[in-house]
Amino acid sequence: MQWIYLIPALPFLGALLLVLTSRRISKRGVALIGCGSVGLAALVTIIAGLQFMQEGSTGYTQHLWDWVSIGTFRIGMDLRLDALSLAFTFVITFVGFLIHVYSTGYMTDDPDFARFFACMNLFVGAMLLLVLGDNLLLLYFGWEGVGLCSYLLIGFWYKDPANGAAARKAFIVTRVGDTAMAIALFLLVQHTGSLQLSTILARAQELWSVGDPTVVLIAFLLLGGAVGKSAQLPLQTWLPDAMAGPTPVSALIHAATMVTAGVYLIARTNVLFIISPSAQAAVAIIGAITLLLAGCSAFVQTDIKRVLAYSTISQIGYMFLALGVGAWSAAIFHFITHAFFKALLFLGAGAVIVALHHEQDMFKMGGLRKSLPGVFIIFLVGSASLAALPFVTSGFYSKDQIVWLAGAAVGGSAFYSLAAILGAFITAAYTARMVFLVFFGHEKTYVHHPPGPVMMVPLYILAVLSTLAGFVELPHTLGHLTLLSDFLSPVLPAVVTDHGSVALEWGMQGLTVALCAFAIWLAWRLLAAPFPAGLKEVLKNGWGFDDAYNVLFVRPFVQLAKINRKDIVDKLYTGLAMITQRFHRMMSATQSGILRWYVMGIVMGAVIILSVIIWRQYAGHVDIKMIQR
Amino acid sequence: MILLAFILLPILGAFVAWLSSAVHRSAPRWVALLVMLAGLVLSAGLWWQVQDDVYFVGDHWLRTFELPWMPRFGISFSLALDGLSLLMVVLTFFLGALSVMVSWNEIKERVGFFHFNILFVLGGIVGVFLTMDLFLFYFFWEVMLIPMYFLIGIWGHANRTYAAFKFFLFTQAGGLLMLLSILGLYFIHHSLTGTFTFSYFELLHTQMPLEANRWLMLGFLIAFIVKLPAFPFHTWLPDAHTEAPTAGSVILAGLLLKTGAYGILRFVIPLFPEASHYFAPAIMLLGAIGILYGGKLAYAQTDFKRLVAYTSVSHMGFVLVGAFAFNALAYQGVVMQMITHGISTGALFMIAGSLYERLHTRELDRMGGLWPALPKMGVVTMIFVMASLGLPGLGNFIAEFLILAGSWQAAPWITVAATIGLVVATIYSLRIMQKVFFGSSQREYTLPDLSLREMLMMVPLIIAIIWLGVYPQPVINVASRAMPSVAIHSSK
Amino acid sequence: MNTTMEGLVLAGILFTLGLISMLIRRNIIFMLVSVEIMLNAAGLAFIVAAARWGQPEGQVMFMFILAMAAAEVSVGLALILQIYHQLKTLDSDEASKMRG
Repeated sequence: MQWIYLIPALPFLGALLLVLTSRRISKRGVALIGCGSVGLAALVTIIAGLQFMQEGSTGYTQHLWDWVSIGTFRIGMDLRLDALSLAFTFVITFVGFLIHVYSTGYMTDDPDFARFFACMNLFVGAMLLLVLGDNLLLLYFGWEGVGLCSYLLIGFWYKDPANGAAARKAFIVTRVGDTAMAIALFLLVQHTGSLQLSTILARAQELWSVGDPTVVLIAFLLLGGAVGKSAQLPLQTWLPDAMAGPTPVSALIHAATMVTAGVYLIARTNVLFIISPSAQAAVAIIGAITLLLAGCSAFVQTDIKRVLAYSTISQIGYMFLALGVGAWSAAIFHFITHAFFKALLFLGAGAVIVALHHEQDMFKMGGLRKSLPGVFIIFLVGSASLAALPFVTSGFYSKDQIVWLAGAAVGGSAFYSLAAILGAFITAAYTARMVFLVFFGHEKTYVHHPPGPVMMVPLYILAVLSTLAGFVELPHTLGHLTLLSDFLSPVLPAVVTDHGSVALEWGMQGLTVALCAFAIWLAWRLLAAPFPAGLKEVLKNGWGFDDAYNVLFVRPFVQLAKINRKDIVDKLYTGLAMITQRFHRMMSATQSGILRWYVMGIVMGAVIILSVIIWRQYAGHVDIKMIQR
Repeated sequence: MILLAFILLPILGAFVAWLSSAVHRSAPRWVALLVMLAGLVLSAGLWWQVQDDVYFVGDHWLRTFELPWMPRFGISFSLALDGLSLLMVVLTFFLGALSVMVSWNEIKERVGFFHFNILFVLGGIVGVFLTMDLFLFYFFWEVMLIPMYFLIGIWGHANRTYAAFKFFLFTQAGGLLMLLSILGLYFIHHSLTGTFTFSYFELLHTQMPLEANRWLMLGFLIAFIVKLPAFPFHTWLPDAHTEAPTAGSVILAGLLLKTGAYGILRFVIPLFPEASHYFAPAIMLLGAIGILYGGKLAYAQTDFKRLVAYTSVSHMGFVLVGAFAFNALAYQGVVMQMITHGISTGALFMIAGSLYERLHTRELDRMGGLWPALPKMGVVTMIFVMASLGLPGLGNFIAEFLILAGSWQAAPWITVAATIGLVVATIYSLRIMQKVFFGSSQREYTLPDLSLREMLMMVPLIIAIIWLGVYPQPVINVASRAMPSVAIHSSK
Repeated sequence: MNTTMEGLVLAGILFTLGLISMLIRRNIIFMLVSVEIMLNAAGLAFIVAAARWGQPEGQVMFMFILAMAAAEVSVGLALILQIYHQLKTLDSDEASKMRG
């Protein structure tokens, strides 16, 4: 336990080594350092996790050193391992490791191999710091760190300015959310005098009653941060563009790590959300709306990675919905299964993309089930999980739990259930459409490089996991197993259900399954059918959020900057200088060199002075006379 | 005694450097470097000595030194050092050494006179940080001005005369207002107590009428916020920074601006506590405007150095916001910001200088796609760009976080505006990376990457900024030795 | 009383004449002569005033004026010679090099 600091330290060390040695070691060495550091971190996590479960402790804190300590305001470099952070750490290191291994195959021809692995390691390190940090400032450290790494990795192929723009968009949009989060931290410092998570959560219950405006404000601001990082409404626009990065990056950012940071934050500060019901309801509403909007957008995309991007937004919407209704462990459950199957899908898509020589348009693919049978099976497994095909996929169990609790939990409502069920329908539809477009139909392209074993082995492992991971939690109707929620119970309060019965649960499950089947059939039928063009455009562009933000924020800012490039304040001073100079010029005009003018000037001056003196004396006389009278 | 050494070292060194140019062309460089390193070692040694008694409660002065000078007028050669001055002196010698190194190849004409000016301006800066006699303070304030004028005016870029003039006029105008205020304080103190004195320690307890307090405070304040520079007085800075030689820009951004911040912390707030509280909202507002306005202008610039110059305006706005929040968090943040801004902006100017050496342009539009040619410089730039946008793990984040967390308690809405400044900082900072290193280049550059000398400059800066980001506690401890003067006034 | 008044009026007339000729002449030599006239007018005023009050200072002042006038003439003539030598003119307007 005393070496849990190694978990984030190893990837950081790997990144540092890679930066320092970048061009001096071979690709094999780079791959060894890059994968090795994350692999070792995963190993340490597993050992620590086993020890943790054996001891049955509720949490272990490690104090490394004082970070900032001013009077009573103390923040340490403290790491904390408890059930929640262990779950996240495991997923991050393990899936991260698999993605690293995969990348050694995917990026093998890239000249910037070392830079890639340095950034990836840094990314994993930052994400681990985020989940292991014992205080919100350390969490914020990791939070911004993953922002930086996403910027570096999305813009990895920097030669294309579009990639740079996507990278900057990701960083800036998430930074908008971070600003809200920073203000939440200021509020917490002001009111609780600390950023230590345990202190805050304990003090919160003493300080604030349910619905106190301050705590509601804090919760909303934290939600702002979460929304930015997790690409939820209204800050979701960066994620589809973030597909500009290499595909393993998309897998790492959008499956295992960065985008789930928001889920982690809300789960971690659950006490604050519980005592501010309106903020928690907002979480659920945002989740519900996001999952529907993003799902619709996913249905009309042509780029395979953009389908997956929108599906990520949509799936995280599910997690938010679960958090919002108080089904904390259900959200974490879906996070875990989603990490597995989404990583699988992204990496599978990456294998397809590489095989087709960096072709991402699904309409130019087709019939690949024959030429890439291994990838096809894997992709099918992942898709089945995403579409929540019943009984055999992990996605079914995690999503079913959310669908059920969206209505049945205390915070739930019919609207949420409806959104969840509808979302499941849309998910199945776009997933099926993607699979049909890519792997069925007639072949349109020629397969260049079938993926090698380095890429396939991680895929197989992920495929197994995304099938088996679901069996840690089973619904009431199917055996009622609660391994994960029991494990998380010291950190996350259990969900409270108030309405609903087993019969209703059966009914909803049946409905969902039927809708999924219908969706798949519909996707098959509609594959060639024309789609209303106007609607398609709107959906494809993500409901026009980008355009709206462009008009509302980006363009005014750029215009304003352009207009005022020369700094209008400076005009004040140049104006002052100009007036002075003009005055000088007027004065110097009198210095004409014509002597008679000078003499005239002297005479005039003498006359004026004399007349003033005489006038004053005369006036004085008058005064005296007047006084004498 | 060591305080006198801190001041005399660069000033005597200046003359030695000038004279040594007769011996060998490069001699002034070595003299200047040695002088700065000696100062760095001395000041760091002092830090090492005092680090154990930082928790000592009571008088926060670590070292004092006093010589009578003109007793008839109450002027004495009085020096004193507390935690704040100590940090500033260390920073001065650190950046001073780097600015000598940065001009190693850049300056080829009048090498002796150049180093005379560099050392002299640094001597003036050290004097400003150590002096506790207002007359002497004004003296050093002017001493830093004139060599800087020469540095810009002689070794600057194309438009140097204009920039040097502008710099001189702005600072001088502010300085004269401060002189008026100093004299006003001097005479008011005399009329109240019957003694003529310029001593900081005695003037500190002058009980003056409220009206006079406010006017005198404004005199000081304007001098300092012109130097800082704060929003409406900032326009000298982009010109001066852009036209100055690299070493000049580094000293300007890293140190001269800090004298303004130092003046606010040392003089404005302790001498005029009531007036400071009275004007605090307005001043914080100016700071917040500066943050946003400077950031927006930085985004619009196409000249690398000009862009960095405007980021200084933005970052110094944080100082203003924090200094007038009157609490320990914000105060520590301000001290931190002074140091980290000096390091990060200094580094960015050095990078601009290195790029200029290679490309002979400062225009961002004519750069781009430099990463393959200059990967080391790219990494270094990335680090400092991230520092400038306040990435956690680097010193600037600690500074800005502490300032904002402190100022939130004093003025929430202004803090919200200042926090939005972080987004603006992201926008302009990333633009640097994109315009210089990313994108594709029109031509294939074959440029030399960072040389050994440049690495020797950059590595200490990187270590410093990361150290301040992950373990700032030593700095906080030392800075807290200057706390009482500020903390007293925060108690109400 | 009367003589004083007459003397002062004479001094005033002389001064005005000198002033007017100074203003209307363009030849530098004549301007110098006008200056001399004005100086002498001032000297006359001093003498008259000294006689009126029976004080010696006025005459002392006149001695000063004489000495100064002598010095001025010698320097002035030397300058005029130089001007003529270099510019080949004695016209004060043409000699002006200023473009104010």
